[in-house]
Amino acid sequence: MEKYVPNIFFALILIAGIGYFVMNVRKLIRNIKLGKDIDRSNRKPERWKNMAKIALGQYKMVRRPVSGILHIVVYVGFILINIEMLEIVIDGLLGTHRVFQPIIGDALYGFLIGSFEILALLVLLAVTVFWFRRNIEKVKRFWNKEMEGWPKNDGNIILYFEMVLMTLFLVMNATDVHFQEAGVGNVVSQFVAPWFDGFSPEALHTIEKSAWWLHIVGILIFLNYLYYSKHLHILLAFPNTFFANLNPKGQFSNLEAVTKEVKMMMDPDADPYAMPEEGAEEGEPEKFGASDVTDLNWVQLMNAYTCTECGRCTSSCPANLTGKELSPRKIMMDTRDRLEEVGKNMDANGGKFVDDGKQLLNDYITPEELWACTSCNACVQECPVNIDPLSIIMEMRRYLVMEESAAPQELNMMMTNIENNGAPWQYSQMDRLNWKDEE
Amino acid sequence: MNVPTMADMMAQGKQPEVLFWVGAAGSYDDRAKKITRAFVKILQQANVDFAVLGTEESSTGDAAKRAGNEFLFQMQAVTNIEVLNAYEVKTIVTCDPHSFNTLKNEYPGLGGKYKVYHHTQYINKLIKEGRLTIEDENLKGKRLTYHDPCYLGRANDVYESPRELIRRLGVKMTEMKRHKSTALCCGAGGAQMFKEPEKGDKDINVLRTEDALETNPQIIATGCPYCNTMMTDGVKFKEKEAQIEVKDIAELIAEANNL
Repeated sequence: MEKYVPNIFFALILIAGIGYFVMNVRKLIRNIKLGKDIDRSNRKPERWKNMAKIALGQYKMVRRPVSGILHIVVYVGFILINIEMLEIVIDGLLGTHRVFQPIIGDALYGFLIGSFEILALLVLLAVTVFWFRRNIEKVKRFWNKEMEGWPKNDGNIILYFEMVLMTLFLVMNATDVHFQEAGVGNVVSQFVAPWFDGFSPEALHTIEKSAWWLHIVGILIFLNYLYYSKHLHILLAFPNTFFANLNPKGQFSNLEAVTKEVKMMMDPDADPYAMPEEGAEEGEPEKFGASDVTDLNWVQLMNAYTCTECGRCTSSCPANLTGKELSPRKIMMDTRDRLEEVGKNMDANGGKFVDDGKQLLNDYITPEELWACTSCNACVQECPVNIDPLSIIMEMRRYLVMEESAAPQELNMMMTNIENNGAPWQYSQMDRLNWKDEE
Repeated sequence: MNVPTMADMMAQGKQPEVLFWVGAAGSYDDRAKKITRAFVKILQQANVDFAVLGTEESSTGDAAKRAGNEFLFQMQAVTNIEVLNAYEVKTIVTCDPHSFNTLKNEYPGLGGKYKVYHHTQYINKLIKEGRLTIEDENLKGKRLTYHDPCYLGRANDVYESPRELIRRLGVKMTEMKRHKSTALCCGAGGAQMFKEPEKGDKDINVLRTEDALETNPQIIATGCPYCNTMMTDGVKFKEKEAQIEVKDIAELIAEANNL
């Protein structure tokens, strides 16, 4: 019985690690579903294509070549090296050692592990460059205001995680005496092995086993760290690109609730005192625009969880580049943080949200930020996973204007002019054609 | 200028092949009116049977929508659509990317379905149909850079139409570092045109003008009346107005063709 202790221990860790992750994923899905409904089920072939191209194919990453190519290295390494996880899990559960080697043969096994080792080395290098760019070179987009404190540390923690995991993988192979003696697939680890010259076979075995355990435990910790970090994009990039907006970026939604009222106002036959139709929805009139996360739609909320705070949006935002408060990345981070707050509130109150006197508007995002936007779509264009910060800014402007009449004074004048004389300036509509006789 | 209105046309029982949507800037702004007239000259040279709405035209509602006033936008849209549909308008051309975007993308959902062209697209169409040629003598060798309007470029992925026309002018075109999908906004979009900017360390149009100045141009070309205003102000701010002109592509073509 005693000899099965490691297997059982392994199984328990695995169940705990995956179980906790699944619990958090369910919470994540519940929170995203707090958003309003929006139909993104049309044009499926285009959606699959976008997902394949943008999430799987990393198409938009290489708009910035240095970070883009390095990211692809880490991404490919991450996915492929995780194939090795399959063997680790089986070995752990069955108490075997490199269970695939005899099954697929030395040549193929050596090729696969050799490729993983090369990838591990490349990932290690790429991640080191990332760390350098963040902390030594201080690439500007990692040092904006909203990155102070936790977001900055979070970015580095992820990099340390990957460094440690890749190192453990190589050390594990380097101290595996049989694997080194067989000499197949140890393309990188053979250069690590000499560091352990003079170690007793028992010591090597202990190091190998420790590295193995730390590797698998590390991966499970990493998996569970995702939910608490900005790093959820490795999962959410896929649904996020699938459900992203497919219309021209300049096309803003026409609010349906407004259409109904406008039609009513413009219809000479409409009876303003008419009773609501049988079965018509009762209750509060619909709120225009968004003042809190639950006024946004679920795609916008998923956007917020998908954001990995790379800051490409902010570094291309004309308002941000000229020193304004607006940062599209902060819009996404605020939306996510507020949504998390709402979620925790629900957890603490038996699944029901209890008013906490806070909202996304003012408590997180100020009108000053919202009014600085030129709606130029640079943030939407730059996002490597098709997040749309502009749509959130617009929803919040709608709330400010239609629910609170809180537009800047000059904009109120512009709108009054449009209402009165059909132009944003105070010119008579009768003068609209004067230009033709003015030369 | 002889510019027929839809009402004139209807009175004569005629239907023009295209409606020229002039837009608020093109109708009232002194600088933008020059663009309007240049485009009309091009239409006339190509013998295009066009008309305008004249006093029946009203704001598309774009600025109101971007400012968050969906009510006002839809009121404007529904009113305009009633007029356009009453005249059985099928095809619209406009020099204003904001009108272009709103008419093309946001009106269909409210019952206004038209084939909508930006004037750079329409001029290309005229050239392809053999109705217009562009002379390359007048502007030959001039150093030019082109500023992409956001509502033409990123908003609608129209990057090539203006460039195709520029290539026909015989000018020496240099792209700014930020161009096409990475182009920087001029600072006017999203209703910013009608308000003072928020507190910052620089105005957006100045930053964009600096982008343009890096290419050492004699002409900054664009395809939007609002971009034109912002870039003109930027050039003045940099005290370069003696060396650099800000021109709409329609104006350049009118100049090239001696119109």
